[in-house]
Amino acid sequence: MPVLEPLIELGRGLWTTFRSMFERPVTYQYPEQKRPVRPRYRGRHVLKRYENGLERCIGCALCAAACPADAIFVEASENTDEERYSPGERYASTYEINYLRCIFCGFCEDACPTEAIVLEDDYELSFTDRRSAIYPKEMLLEPVGPEAEPTPQRTPPGLYTRAVPEMEDPKD
Amino acid sequence: MSKTVTLTIDGKQVTVPEGTLIVDAAKKIGVDIPVFCYHPKMQPVGMCRMCLVEVGRPVVDRATGQVVKNEDGTPQIRFAPNLMTACTTPVSEGMVVLTESEKAHDGHRAIIEFLLTSHPLDCPICDKGGECPLQELTMRHGPPQGRFPYEDKIHFEKHFPLGELIYLDRERCILCGRCIRYQAEIVGEPVIGFYQRGRATEIVTYSDPGFDSYFSGNTTDICPVGALTTADFRFGARAWELKAEASICAQCPVGCNIVFNTRREAKSGGRVVIKRVMPRQNEEVNELWICDKGRFVHHYTHSAERLSRPLMRKGETLQPVSWEDALRTAAEKFEAAGKEVLVLASGRLSNEDLFNLKALADGLGGRAVLYGDMGGGDLTTLVGVGQGTNLATLGAGDAILVIASDLQEEAPIWWLRVKQAAERGATLIVANPRATKLDTYASFVIRYANGDEVQTVLNLAKKTDKIGQAFAEAENAVVFFGSEGLGLEGSQRLAVACAHLLRETGHVGKPNNGLIGVWQRANDQGAWELGFEPVADLQAAFEQAGAVYIVGADPFGDGRLTLDGVKERPFLVVQEILPTPTTEVADLVLPAQAYAEREGTYVSGERRVQRFYAALPPYGEARPDFAITAAIGKRLGLDLEDGSAEKVFERLAVTQPAFENLTYARLAEVREQWPIVGRGDLYYGGTAYENRRGLGVQLVPAAQREEPVTLPEVQGEAGPRPEEDEWLGVPVTRLLDRGTTVLLSTLLHRRIGEPFVVVHPMAAERLSLAEGQKARLTVNGASAEVTVRVDETVSAGVVLVPRSMGLPLYEPMKVSLKAL
Repeated sequence: MPVLEPLIELGRGLWTTFRSMFERPVTYQYPEQKRPVRPRYRGRHVLKRYENGLERCIGCALCAAACPADAIFVEASENTDEERYSPGERYASTYEINYLRCIFCGFCEDACPTEAIVLEDDYELSFTDRRSAIYPKEMLLEPVGPEAEPTPQRTPPGLYTRAVPEMEDPKD
Repeated sequence: MSKTVTLTIDGKQVTVPEGTLIVDAAKKIGVDIPVFCYHPKMQPVGMCRMCLVEVGRPVVDRATGQVVKNEDGTPQIRFAPNLMTACTTPVSEGMVVLTESEKAHDGHRAIIEFLLTSHPLDCPICDKGGECPLQELTMRHGPPQGRFPYEDKIHFEKHFPLGELIYLDRERCILCGRCIRYQAEIVGEPVIGFYQRGRATEIVTYSDPGFDSYFSGNTTDICPVGALTTADFRFGARAWELKAEASICAQCPVGCNIVFNTRREAKSGGRVVIKRVMPRQNEEVNELWICDKGRFVHHYTHSAERLSRPLMRKGETLQPVSWEDALRTAAEKFEAAGKEVLVLASGRLSNEDLFNLKALADGLGGRAVLYGDMGGGDLTTLVGVGQGTNLATLGAGDAILVIASDLQEEAPIWWLRVKQAAERGATLIVANPRATKLDTYASFVIRYANGDEVQTVLNLAKKTDKIGQAFAEAENAVVFFGSEGLGLEGSQRLAVACAHLLRETGHVGKPNNGLIGVWQRANDQGAWELGFEPVADLQAAFEQAGAVYIVGADPFGDGRLTLDGVKERPFLVVQEILPTPTTEVADLVLPAQAYAEREGTYVSGERRVQRFYAALPPYGEARPDFAITAAIGKRLGLDLEDGSAEKVFERLAVTQPAFENLTYARLAEVREQWPIVGRGDLYYGGTAYENRRGLGVQLVPAAQREEPVTLPEVQGEAGPRPEEDEWLGVPVTRLLDRGTTVLLSTLLHRRIGEPFVVVHPMAAERLSLAEGQKARLTVNGASAEVTVRVDETVSAGVVLVPRSMGLPLYEPMKVSLKAL
């Protein structure tokens, strides 16, 4: 019957609405309540440290070279044993990521020879002006662990001569 | 024309001169044979074994001496059982070379695998990363995985300063010996070498200070790995982040073609700065090399001291003013002075700047004076080297006279090329009052007493001795004259004598013949071309002037001018890039752009007009010199061009006969050069840049244009000599001096050293002085503290006083020296 057909369709739609009243809600009460992110989620970058507090980043700028959005700016300087930031001879004296440009592709992670830069789970990135969208090294660097010393450190000569550590294949 | 040989490389036929090496023949047809130790400018040694190729030769029947043919008529080829090194094997007729065969690839792969056994693979932090032959060739030829355990790598010292300028990373070194051979073969200063044997072999320096050579930076360019890096650029930037802009070195009259590598830098407050200076190939000027001064003196361009705003004297101090006020004031004062305007400009300025300055001086009826204490530029315009001169083509049968110049200190790349000409068989005559490094390569050394320069040249012209005869009989002859021990008058007279010598022996008006001035500044020759001349009594000229416009010169810092005893001081306008003692006493200071911030042209000592390009954005409110001058000129009703350097040059080319038909486009023309460098094959010629922005054009001297050349009379009387119980101070030029721009490169401070004088051991004894002792030098009432150096080749009554070291001596003069 052509007259009844729209009513049947309407009823079918309303049934879906009615049924969902008894399902568990998917909404989160953000920001009070936060949804956990997936293990491979790509949020804001963090510059990692070794256990002893030394920075993993050696300022090689391969992340900047890999970046398709040209969001990363790195400038390197030389370590000394009196003022050591990272193992080896070179460290990043300037490290900036422009979050207006970043597309969170994760190429920087792939390019990093020391696993220093990691896209973690912070996605709360909002800015009121363009300048504050540029995160300097201090904001990106992981906090120093309880056992470790902050950088720059004074280190015994001849101990940290290797910039690139031996690494294992990624597990996940 | 020598015999040629035809061979086949990877199926392509090529015909090359006999004796060519396979690697070069392949390069000519675009086949890149990988190399590490081979460099086209050096003798092959076959140390790295990277260039292994399969080589086959036609089979020759011993009985008949005929080439054995296959059934189809092609010559039968027999391949050598083992791979051969392409860099040590000369080509032969009918040779067949396979560079891409499986066997050759196996060889390349094995060599790379061995080279990497103890290579640290720290490419991420290596300065060579991105422009590294080892990296490139590993990607192209290397095995996907090494079979040697990573843990078995032998570790060496990574941070070993060979000197304060060059660092060695012993782990990265692949022992190709390019640097050692460069120093020994090309420079002739074997200050580095191999030490120990086998796995323990390492590169060491034998000199003190370490790696003591003015050419040390070039070894970092030709190092095929990141073993040698400059202290200046260390971790400065990655190779791919740098922008490259062509320029001309402004440190001496050679006019080396260079490239400024620039990058925006947070350390410099977000400014674009020069990160390093690299050579740019010009086989007629600097080949693939530059000296360390040219490489390391660039820090002044981004010095925080740079003048960024016009300053005007208000009472005792200089206060910032607007450009409008500054230009108006300058114009008013120049107008008031009228014919009494003195324009004092130096050879640091480009042709365009000098042209406008001359037009301003002429428009007002004032004087245009070149700052400097060397004369003879009028003669180089008449009998300078002919168009087509290339020092690299001088050899057996040719002669080179170097007089009154320590060429290595004054123009290192000329030194290198003159030395190489002598090694090719040219007769090199070195005439100097004391020993210089060029003496080693000289066929004849003439040692004359200070003051006898002109007489020395006149004696040569007499052709009575074998030296004079050798010079006269040479097919081509070039004379380099300098200002060692001479002031303006002395060098002018010397130039006249040299010009006569060249003309009398028929060595003018042809390529590879003529006079070259070893000037103190990059564009002194250009200033002479445009009508600037120095004056003998600068102080008098200054005092007589109503207004003085000093551009690119520091006469107060050099002790050439003083305000002491000046009753009526002229209005002083100073146009500079950095504050100097001259800007301190100025009434008006106009900030100019450094030459790296703008376009322009220089004329080298060989009279080659060469273009430089803008590599940096302008500093603050600074403007180009020619534009400032034009802006002042316009306010005076003069028709000066301020649009662009190119437009100024267009006018210059119309009004100056020597520059006829020259345009910026012509100066930017390039030709194919050998060796081929700077393309995808960094391993062949090093990291020197290919020349894509112009080889320049040599000016035609009057003698070559077949115009009548009238030379001034020779004034043969001797110059000043030391009297009994007197010391004659004579100026000498040093490469690394205490000039305002040089001192801002702090890396060089140890090499620059403190102000010093050089005396003979006997003189030192009489003055009770010893090497290294402090003494007080008094010249013309002014005095300075100096360190004494002793050299037994210096005349006994003479005290050598280096220029631009803060010691006010610019011509031979009586001095006193007292121990402190």
